[in-house]
Amino acid sequence: MKNSDDNEPPKPFDEMLEPDGTVRMAYAQYGEWLHGTSKDTLLRKDEQADMMFRRLGITFTVYGDAESTERMIPFDIIPRILDPHEWDYLSRGAIQRVDAINAFLDDVYHDQAILKAGRIPPELVLNNDAFRPEMLDLDLPRRVYGHIAGVDLVRTGPRDFYVLEDNVRTPSGVSYMLENRQTMMRLFPELFATNHVAPVGRYPTELRNNLKSVAPVGVDDPTIVLLTPGRFNSAYFEHAFLATEMGVRLVEGQDLFVDDGLVYMRTTEGPKRVDVIYRRIDDDFIDPLAFQPHSMLGVPGLLSVVRRGRVTLANAIGSGVADDKAMYVYVPEMIRFYLGEEPILQNVPTYSLRNPDDYKYVIEHLEELVVKEVHGSGGYGMLVGPKSTKAEREAYAQRLKAEPEAFIAQPTLSLSTCPTWVEEGVAPRHVDLRPFVLSGRRTTVMPGGLTRVALKEGSLVVNSSQGGGTKDTWVLER
Amino acid sequence: MRLTIAHETFYKFEEPAKHSIQYLRMTPGSSACQQVLSWSVSTQGTLTPWIDGFGNSVHVSTIDNEHDEIKVVVEGVVDTFDTSGVLASRDGLPPQLFLRDTPFTEIGEATLALAEEVKESIASDTLSGLHNLTNLIADKVTYLSGATTVETSAEEAVVAGSGVCQDHAHIFLTCARWCGIPSRYVSGYLLAGQGNDSHVASHAWAESYLPGLGWVSFDPTNRQSATEEYVRLAIGFDYMGAAPVRGSRLGGGVEEMSVKVQVEQTQN
Repeated sequence: MKNSDDNEPPKPFDEMLEPDGTVRMAYAQYGEWLHGTSKDTLLRKDEQADMMFRRLGITFTVYGDAESTERMIPFDIIPRILDPHEWDYLSRGAIQRVDAINAFLDDVYHDQAILKAGRIPPELVLNNDAFRPEMLDLDLPRRVYGHIAGVDLVRTGPRDFYVLEDNVRTPSGVSYMLENRQTMMRLFPELFATNHVAPVGRYPTELRNNLKSVAPVGVDDPTIVLLTPGRFNSAYFEHAFLATEMGVRLVEGQDLFVDDGLVYMRTTEGPKRVDVIYRRIDDDFIDPLAFQPHSMLGVPGLLSVVRRGRVTLANAIGSGVADDKAMYVYVPEMIRFYLGEEPILQNVPTYSLRNPDDYKYVIEHLEELVVKEVHGSGGYGMLVGPKSTKAEREAYAQRLKAEPEAFIAQPTLSLSTCPTWVEEGVAPRHVDLRPFVLSGRRTTVMPGGLTRVALKEGSLVVNSSQGGGTKDTWVLER
Repeated sequence: MRLTIAHETFYKFEEPAKHSIQYLRMTPGSSACQQVLSWSVSTQGTLTPWIDGFGNSVHVSTIDNEHDEIKVVVEGVVDTFDTSGVLASRDGLPPQLFLRDTPFTEIGEATLALAEEVKESIASDTLSGLHNLTNLIADKVTYLSGATTVETSAEEAVVAGSGVCQDHAHIFLTCARWCGIPSRYVSGYLLAGQGNDSHVASHAWAESYLPGLGWVSFDPTNRQSATEEYVRLAIGFDYMGAAPVRGSRLGGGVEEMSVKVQVEQTQN
């Protein structure tokens, strides 16, 4: 149901079109092509894309969905395009953020200067379950904790990019960035001949080099493995894909063991020492002798080798304390404190319900806000005020009352839209962007990333678990 | 006081195990209240020493051939000093860290009742309030060996009304943390006196952080702070973090474990 026109919110920023209908610089060439391409052609390309993905078998496990536990993430054939200036700004902002986060992690596991300086309330760090005292006073190679980060961004205007979340635990989605590009290149080779799209295909090589650069001291040619929780994990496809692309062994906990102070993997030629583990298992399950005792996923004894500096885990145990939603508020402060710079990218104004003033404001303005669980992820358990019913808001207010410290709230941003192929043709849909940042010898970001799109008209929820799709992300080199 | 300690842990498996790994937190450190003169940990496995995040000395022990038993033997001599229960040395750990709850120390109805009973006295005079808590726990939860398991939580032990030193320590931590006093679990040894009961000699208690004093020990089982009869071994948020042994193995079936601990005073 539509409201009358005078109640319509202002039109969100469109990635392709200026308000007057002219095509933006990033889409100059593509827009012309799209304009001259028939609906039939696009329909055929869409069907072709669907077949390609089915053949690849990319699926994603959707939790809380009794009927289908595995489903395809819809792929959209219209790319999201960023021009060189936009990308320069974005990438500098993402690198700055991740550099500050790594400095923060090194600090909180050593001197805790930022806590002593009173810039972050100590209890938010020390009494946070994601803060792992197991990592105290341990020097990591190159002082890097979040070797792989995914910074979630949204856009509301030409130069208005907001960071929604910094993912420095085990961020996923990079396989979609790579697969989406390959699919696009097969579907539309002519577009890549005319548009100067920065390549992303070297990501696996860059990731491998990055992991190599943080090997334990004295190991020049490290053996790298990718540790997965196994085939039932929602991102198993990505784990297998990345291991293959990097040319490293995909292992499960039972394939590794600790002996004589080192980590080994079982191979047909006997035990082989492992130096760097790209782990896609959460801290809780990584070593049953140190964390969750009944976990069968991890490697018993692993922490002892980490602490002796004889194996590197990427990302490091305890990185999660930096991407907690309660800590998010303080990332700009980290940038100022550690780098002495002003943040390039903005934070979304955030209300912490642990503060009585914020709590009062949020309760009174639930209809306008998005409320999230501090420790939640994947878009589960959140309230999108403008899309909610009165009953939903009342039920949610009860949860807020019971445990205010477990929630934060943010204004609903008018996420930018991008032309998207839907049933009725090409129509604007809301998008976000997750660029991937690698930290090791240097901090770099792949020119591209994962663009997620909310396929339902008007929806702001882009999470694949909630019916979102993905797009190829083009960064133009000129 | 010079204490000589002999601590033997013996595991017997119903069938051979292929691979075993254990974290052994069985090595004391020297501090203002104790000086380690000699110490050894031995087992048939490969031992590699490391230091955990709390500063505890740990060994990782691995056995990678077939075995149906594991024997860990610890022997050592420690000089202890009476510091009136105050651990007069800094360990660099932020005290506030030890306000964190664990599954063992989550407050429940029964533990809350205890905490509320001492809340005011802790607020007005922390030290004597915590002594009150120590006595209250001893009154409410009778020492009874075998009454609980290593998985019993503080709340469960209070409801049961009986438990061992580990439960006493967990209850203390639960209540003290709820009152806002950073508190941590300590595992160690106690000069057992006559009879030399292993259950008594292998001990656990709590330490709370008091501004100005530092870490102060409280032992609800014996209604006192640590004396020179105590040897500190390891600290943690709870039993799991400071446990003398945490292990895992491939195969082996059901295990039987026995522990013998002897603490004796010797001449210096």
